[in-house]
Amino acid sequence: MIRVQSEDFDVGAEIAALHGDGVGAVASFTGAVRGDAGLTLEHYPGMTEREIARHVEEARKRWPLLGVTIVHRIGRLEPGANIVLVAVASAHRDPAFRACEFLMDYLKTKAPFWKREGGEWVEAKASDEDAAKRWSQL
Amino acid sequence: MTLLYFAWVRQKLGKGQEEIEPSSEMKTVNDLIAWLVARDAEYAEVFADPSRLRVAVNQDHVSFDAPVHANDEVAFFPPVTGG
Repeated sequence: MIRVQSEDFDVGAEIAALHGDGVGAVASFTGAVRGDAGLTLEHYPGMTEREIARHVEEARKRWPLLGVTIVHRIGRLEPGANIVLVAVASAHRDPAFRACEFLMDYLKTKAPFWKREGGEWVEAKASDEDAAKRWSQL
Repeated sequence: MTLLYFAWVRQKLGKGQEEIEPSSEMKTVNDLIAWLVARDAEYAEVFADPSRLRVAVNQDHVSFDAPVHANDEVAFFPPVTGG
């Protein structure tokens, strides 16, 4: 399930919803707003969902997954607020950990979101590009 | 052709979207950029350093030499910073 929304999300409830038949492992990543300025997040409606869905499909080809939940917030976010959740269910921990990291790396470098902090657009980091590139070498 | 602009590209141009009638010589994203730059100084400023920009055609990331067609949706934006 992929959701792009301005509302907050309940990490515990999202993870609990992934447990079920055959699920032996759920790995998750939650990103939150650092510092004290807060953030504003803009996105490209349509392409965002499409780009994330494409990477979920790719993750499902690479690892035996039993469920994926991705929630990304947009709009004004206060310090400490949740930004993003990636949660992945599998029978065992290894595919869950790896798919979670894979999806997070691609979300950072391909999903069309832009952060603005204190009136300035946040610059993309080369380290995020490098993190995403390692998956293409598998 | 529908053009979309995001983040600082949208702010600098003062608009998030516009419709254009592409010329028949416009075959690639690079051709489209040259056409925009010739049209107005504010585009020249935005497209002065294409390495600061990314482009999507019909909601897929593409390179600047990718083809464009009359009914395409073409979006220009800085490298993404979500997550």
